[in-house]
Amino acid sequence: MKQLLLAVAIFAFVGVNAQSKYETAMQNGFTKIKDIKSPDDAQTAAAYFERIADAEKTQWLPYYYAARNTILAAFMNPSSDKDKAAEKAKELIAKAEAIEKMNSEIFCLKQQVAVLQLLVDPMSRWQSYGAVASEAIAKAKAIDPSNPRPYLLEGEYLINVPEAFGGGKAVAKKLFEKSVALYSAFKPASPLHPSWGKEQADKMLAACQ
Amino acid sequence: MKYIIVFIAGIMLASLLNAQTVVKGTVKDQKGRILAGANIAIKDSYDGTTSDSTGAFLFKTTDKGNAVLVATNIGYKTMELPIVLGNDSVVLNFILKEEINELKAVIITAGSYEASDKKKGTVLKALDIATTAGANADISATIQTLPGAQKVGEQEGLFIRGGSAEEAKIIIDGTVVNNFFYSSVPGISQRGRFSPFLFNGTVFSSGGYSALYGQALSSVLSLESLDIPEKSEIQLGVSPLFASIGLQQVADNKKSSYGFSYNWTNLTVYQKLVPQAPDFFKVPDFHTADANFRFKTKKNGVFKIYAYYNAGALGVRNPSLDSIGLWNAFSLNNQNLFTNASFRQFLGNGWKINVAASVSYNKDQILTQVQNQQYQPIGVTNIPVIDQTGFTLNARQWMLQARVVADKRFGSINTLRFGAEVWNNNDSSRFQSINGLFPSTVNDFYKAGFAEADLYITNELAFRPGVRIEHSSLLNKMNIAPRAALSYKLGKNSQVTADYGIFYQTPERRYLINQSNVNFLRADHYILTYQHISSNYTFRVQAFYKDYVSLLKTSNTFPTTVNNNGLGYAQGIELFWRDRKTFKNFDYWISYSYLDTKRDYNNYAALVQPTFAATHSGSVVLKKFWVKNMFGVNWSYNWSTGRPYFNPNRSAKEFLSDRTIAYSSNNFSLNWLPKIGKANTVVVLGVNNVFNERQIFGYNYSGRLRDTNGDLIRSEINPPANRSFFLGIFLSWGVDRSQQNINNNL
Repeated sequence: MKQLLLAVAIFAFVGVNAQSKYETAMQNGFTKIKDIKSPDDAQTAAAYFERIADAEKTQWLPYYYAARNTILAAFMNPSSDKDKAAEKAKELIAKAEAIEKMNSEIFCLKQQVAVLQLLVDPMSRWQSYGAVASEAIAKAKAIDPSNPRPYLLEGEYLINVPEAFGGGKAVAKKLFEKSVALYSAFKPASPLHPSWGKEQADKMLAACQ
Repeated sequence: MKYIIVFIAGIMLASLLNAQTVVKGTVKDQKGRILAGANIAIKDSYDGTTSDSTGAFLFKTTDKGNAVLVATNIGYKTMELPIVLGNDSVVLNFILKEEINELKAVIITAGSYEASDKKKGTVLKALDIATTAGANADISATIQTLPGAQKVGEQEGLFIRGGSAEEAKIIIDGTVVNNFFYSSVPGISQRGRFSPFLFNGTVFSSGGYSALYGQALSSVLSLESLDIPEKSEIQLGVSPLFASIGLQQVADNKKSSYGFSYNWTNLTVYQKLVPQAPDFFKVPDFHTADANFRFKTKKNGVFKIYAYYNAGALGVRNPSLDSIGLWNAFSLNNQNLFTNASFRQFLGNGWKINVAASVSYNKDQILTQVQNQQYQPIGVTNIPVIDQTGFTLNARQWMLQARVVADKRFGSINTLRFGAEVWNNNDSSRFQSINGLFPSTVNDFYKAGFAEADLYITNELAFRPGVRIEHSSLLNKMNIAPRAALSYKLGKNSQVTADYGIFYQTPERRYLINQSNVNFLRADHYILTYQHISSNYTFRVQAFYKDYVSLLKTSNTFPTTVNNNGLGYAQGIELFWRDRKTFKNFDYWISYSYLDTKRDYNNYAALVQPTFAATHSGSVVLKKFWVKNMFGVNWSYNWSTGRPYFNPNRSAKEFLSDRTIAYSSNNFSLNWLPKIGKANTVVVLGVNNVFNERQIFGYNYSGRLRDTNGDLIRSEINPPANRSFFLGIFLSWGVDRSQQNINNNL
């Protein structure tokens, strides 16, 4: 009986250990994200999450963070090859989507990739990439109306769009207000699920006042 | 106690097993270049790192035994190496192979000018077509600011590298457009019929074009229409020149769309404001209607139908050069229909199929009259040059086309394309003059098969062989035309391309009535291109030699006979420079063409420089846009040396030895995109030839009246007004989806 209990305990311990290895690695990754100071740091964080993702194969979240940091690195570095980074991000997003279908957060990533590519040549890319961006954000909102991030991202995009094209401060402000309201009620599905953006939303709203 | 010892031993054993192994090394490419930022990982493990700026990597792992180390980097093939993780550190050097991909590979079609937003490395953007000063949103006028394309003021068409307008073909979604330009009166060039906003891909090849196209000795301009538009909208256009209304409806799922538009152009008001040199007794008046229907199939296929109909009339009167006090009156009625249906579908496994069919019809009714001072037609004068001036011509053309192209991708970006097309041209005309009635009908079945392959040997080296086989029932002849392009990449942004090809064309059908044993016309192209292109700068230099192996010669006898003994050549150097970066929000391009060409064709008396060729020509195009105010200013300067003109006072030896004055024009346009009420508005104001520079395109000579020196008198061929103006206000009430989404969700 004692030996049986021991065996159960060992198996349980092994099980818990396997679970926590992934969680620990993810938490380490979040520390890396917190410490990002340069585009290279973001790139390193992206590569780190990609390694976790490729090893796990059934988790979409590491792909999510890999894609997000790839995009972030490209936004942070003004001289980066944004089309190239976008291709890489799309590859990661596709892998995430193969595991987790129709997720609001993944559509947020799609919007960010579109905005990234739009920035390469806004004058002539506005029509095509602008449409892709707004379509992705509309999907993100439809899938999870309680997610505050689509409103934050849309606001950040539209604040830079001229008023004549449906952008501007007034439009963005409404979106930030909505985002901030949603953040106050927002609970991530797990400690590993995306929860970023609250401070950013507060800051953006303050900037609109 | 015993258990405790076992437990401690277990922990020690485990920690021994967990002793960390150092894995280190470098990542380089095949040329020994450092690759920073490559992701190094142990397969199925979290352990790994990224290579640093010196290409080195180092990490520690607790994994043991046999493992696989994986190196990945964007643009390179992923590499896996087996390693054994023990107590000693592992040193590994990765040499990654470059992936052949579109972003990096040499561009095979570097010799052509492409306006597109979809692809990388294009010279023009779709918007450039609409925002070039002087072009007034006319596609061909923008093309004329590029090297190799000659502006010929008195005649519409694309005159490419010493070729006549007939030697260039314009293609919409794979099918040829026979009457791309509005029918014109002699001496006044017309604009193209189609709005640049219908297209999102424009490829202009000034020579050495793909085997997918044929029947053009010099050049092909290929236009690709939009797929599903982004949004539904109602459009309204107002101008002193025209009024238009349009509707575009996109289905909610964005899988299908349809649209209509109607445009009425009438120059009555404009001609009151801007006096015209000739007397337009029938003011140009055109009605245009078009419709489109598009839908997406599964697997990203697209089916499109476009139909266009235009009816127009104009009449113009100039003083007769053959008799003082008489007038030559010319009037034209035109009806034109163009329909195109196209379908493209991915079939899986790298296969794609493109099918296109088109029906087009054109009818011109031309009446020329010699009129007296009361503008009444005069009777027979028994002066042949005057009596023969009056005629009527009713001409109609039908053209039916069908085309299939299959596209197979293999490897990464290697592509094989092959297909076939058939055209049926049926022209009939009735020409009536004092000499009698001359009815004619000519019918041609043209069949062609073609194949072409894009072969990327490495990212640096690509080869495109192609062949085209054609047969014309009218000539009862066939031809085989090989084509080839070889491209080599010199550096990250620079490359050289060599193009070679044989190009055949059926002679103009009006010359082929009751003629036997006439063959295809033929030109051989040899082109060398150097290009340096980045997202902000483009520099291109091209050298070409075009050998007109066979051109049509016409006899001066009546009835005319024709043969293939015409010949000629064209050679030259062209430069193009575009800079989007140096000045903020300021974009400019400069093009220059040097052309040395001579030909002996049609009724020419000798091998000479033709009337449509200028030796030097160039353009400067400037664009400045203020994003904040949505306001843009554009300027263009077009210049060319004088062109030869026919002077009957010269002897046969001096045939086409005279030159017009140089052509020079400064053009200005302004775009403003305000929001008026709920309407997105575009205001366009254009002034062509701002400085009112004198423009002479050639001369008309009298058939009989002479001046005091005994020379036949002449008149200049000028534009109808030296300085011309354009003003248009375009409003669209769109259901802007981004706006809609915001409102729905707040």
